[in-house]
Amino acid sequence: MDLFEYQGRDLFERHGLPVLGGGVAETPQEARAIAERLGGKVVVKAQVKVGGRGKAGGVKLADGADEAEARATDILGMDIKGHTVHKVMLAETADIVEEYYFSYLLDRANRTFLCIASVAGGMEIETVAETDPDRVAKVAIDASKGVDEAKAREIVALAKFPADVAEHVVDIAVKLWQAFVAEDATLVEVNPLAKVGDGRVLALDAKVTLDENAGFRHPDHEALEDKSAVDPIEQAAKAKNLNYVKLDGEVGIIGNGAGLVMSTLDVVAYAGESHGGVKPANFLDIGGGASAQVMANGLEIVLGDPAVKSVFVNVFGGITACDAVANGIIQALALLADRGETVTKPLVVRLDGNNAEAGRAILDGANNPLVQRVDTMDGAAARAAELAAAGK
Amino acid sequence: MAIWLTKDSKVIVQGITGGEGSKHTKRMLAAGTNVVGGVNPRKAGTKVDFDGTELPVFASVAEAIKETGADVSVIFVPPAFTKAAVVEAIDAEIPLAIVITEGVPVQDSASFWSYNVAKGEKTRIIGPNCPGIASPGASNAGIIPADITPQGRIGLVSKSGTLTYQLMYELREFGFSTAVGIGGDPIIGTTHIDALKAFQEDPETDAIVMIGEIGGDAEERAAEFIKANVTKPVVGYIAGFTAPPGKTMGHAGAIISGSAGTADAKKVALEAAGVKVGKTPSETAQLMRDILS
Repeated sequence: MDLFEYQGRDLFERHGLPVLGGGVAETPQEARAIAERLGGKVVVKAQVKVGGRGKAGGVKLADGADEAEARATDILGMDIKGHTVHKVMLAETADIVEEYYFSYLLDRANRTFLCIASVAGGMEIETVAETDPDRVAKVAIDASKGVDEAKAREIVALAKFPADVAEHVVDIAVKLWQAFVAEDATLVEVNPLAKVGDGRVLALDAKVTLDENAGFRHPDHEALEDKSAVDPIEQAAKAKNLNYVKLDGEVGIIGNGAGLVMSTLDVVAYAGESHGGVKPANFLDIGGGASAQVMANGLEIVLGDPAVKSVFVNVFGGITACDAVANGIIQALALLADRGETVTKPLVVRLDGNNAEAGRAILDGANNPLVQRVDTMDGAAARAAELAAAGK
Repeated sequence: MAIWLTKDSKVIVQGITGGEGSKHTKRMLAAGTNVVGGVNPRKAGTKVDFDGTELPVFASVAEAIKETGADVSVIFVPPAFTKAAVVEAIDAEIPLAIVITEGVPVQDSASFWSYNVAKGEKTRIIGPNCPGIASPGASNAGIIPADITPQGRIGLVSKSGTLTYQLMYELREFGFSTAVGIGGDPIIGTTHIDALKAFQEDPETDAIVMIGEIGGDAEERAAEFIKANVTKPVVGYIAGFTAPPGKTMGHAGAIISGSAGTADAKKVALEAAGVKVGKTPSETAQLMRDILS
C-alpha cells in the first residue's frame, strides 16, 4: 500500500525524523486554518499518488492564510494524470541550501534490503543513476543486522555526504531504518533530504510503501487506506474477501490461482483482438480450495459490474474441486434469480483437473441457456470474447 | 532421480494438526509420499490418524529428524508464525524446507533468508507462498495435485501454482521428472536459477519448462543463467502480458512498477538466451511438444 505524502510525513514524525510542520486539508477553509497555525509562508501540495505533480501545477507557494486558501481552492479538484486531488498538504517552507536523496527498499534479486543514497537529490533518482552513476551509492542491508550507527556511517561515507551534514544524516539513516522495520515498509524514500539555511537536515518529502501482508501486526495501517480511490466494485469484493482488481474491458474473468488468472487475462485480450477489441473487465482469483460459496460470491460481484458483457470462468482444479465450482455457478444464478435480478449475461465455463467430469456433468445437467461449456482455455476465451463483442 | 525430492525423501509436516496441514498430509500420503510425522509443540507425543496411517507428532523439527531421519519439511503454519517455523527448520539443518503459507510479511522472509545464509545455507528453502514440489511417481511435498501427470523427463519451474498444473496437464503425454513451484512473493528461498541448475544436472530431465510472471527481474536473471549454463532445451511462458502497470495481480510480487517487470521485457530476455517463449499456455505446450517429438 502506497501512502500519501502527508501520511508519510506523519509516520516520519512519529519515528523522530526531522520534518517540517504541516497538516492536511480537504477544503480551502481547512487549508486556511492550517496556514494560520503554521504562520508565514507555506507550500500547498496536491496529495496524489503519482509523480510530476509540480509540473502539473499541483505545488504552489503561498504567503499567508489568504493566499493559502486561494491556492488550495485552485489545487483541490485538479486532475493530475488521471488522479483527482481530494486533499492538499500544507507545510512550512524551507530555505534549501542543498538537496540529497535517501531511501531503503526491497532488493528482490539479492533477497535483502538496499539503501540508495545520493548527494544529487531533488530529481528522479533513476535519472541520476543513468547520467551520474558515481553519485549514487547502493549499499546492501543485511535483514538480520539492519542499520546501526556504524552501518549508517558506512552509507554516509560511500555516498560522500559533506562533512557538515554527516552527523545529521547518520542520525536520520538510523531512524529511517527503525521506521522502515517498525512499520513493515517495503519502501521509504526521502527526496529531497535537504540541508536548510540554519544547518539542519530535513526530510522534505516522504514516499512510503507498506507491506499489506504484515497488516495483522499493524491494526493502525487500515486507517491509512485511501477509501476514496478504491473502485466501488473493488470495495464490495474486498468485503467478501475476494482477490479482485477492476480493469477496463468487457469480459468478466473468474479463475483460481493468481498465475492462471493473469494468463486468462492475456488469452482473453488476444482473443479480443479478433472480436471488436474486447478486453478483460477484471482480475478475480477465487484461490485454491474455493468452495461453492466463494464461487457464488465471485460470480455475483462480476455479474454486478455494468461494464461486463460476458463472463469467462476458467478453473483448473488442483485443490479446488470442479464440482464445487459448478455448484457455485448454479447457486449464484439461482440466488440472483430469487432476488428478482434477471441475469442476461452469458457465462463461458472451462473446467479441468480435480473432479472435472463431475463438474461438467453438473453444468450440463442444469441446462441453463446462459451457461456454455467449452473444453479448452483458448476456445473458451474466444467464445467469451465473441459473446462480449455481440453484447456491446 | 528427479531433483530435490525423490522416493527416498522422508517428509514431516510443520503444522500437521492444523486445517490445511492435516488436509494436505492426507493428500500427500495418498500420493505415495513417505510422510513420517509432524511437528506441533503443544501436541507433542500424540499421534494423528490419517485414513489408517498413524503419524507421530513431535515437539520440534530437531526431534522429528532425530526420531525419523526426516529430510524434508513442509510448512503449513499461519503467516504470523511462519518465520519462527522456518528458523526452527534452519536450526535443525533439515536439507529441504517447503513453505506453502501465503501472506508472509516480506520482512519476515528477508529475515529467515538472511538467517539461513548466516548459517551456511544448509537448508534449501522453497517458497513462501508456493505449491511445493512434486516428482511424479516418486514423492509429492506440498499441494500440487499428484494425479495430473505420470513420471517423465520434463522438468518444470514456476512462480504460479495453477499455471504449473495447467502446463503439467497440457504435457501429460510426456510426463515430468520434477515440478517445482517457487512462489510468487518478492523474496523467495529458491529461484528459477536454482531449479534450472538442478534440472541441467539431473540425468533424468531432458527438457525444461520455465513459467514466470510480471514483477521483478528474476526471469531476466534466469535468461542470463540459461545463456551461460543450460544446454538442455528450455521453453518459457510469462503470465501478465496485458496486465496494467501499478496493479498487484494476486501475488504480492506480481506488479509492474514503472518500466520494470513487464512480460515483454522478460520475453525478450529469454528469447535472447535461446528460450522459446509461448504467448499462451497451449502455445507453450506446443513449443515443448515440437522439441520432444
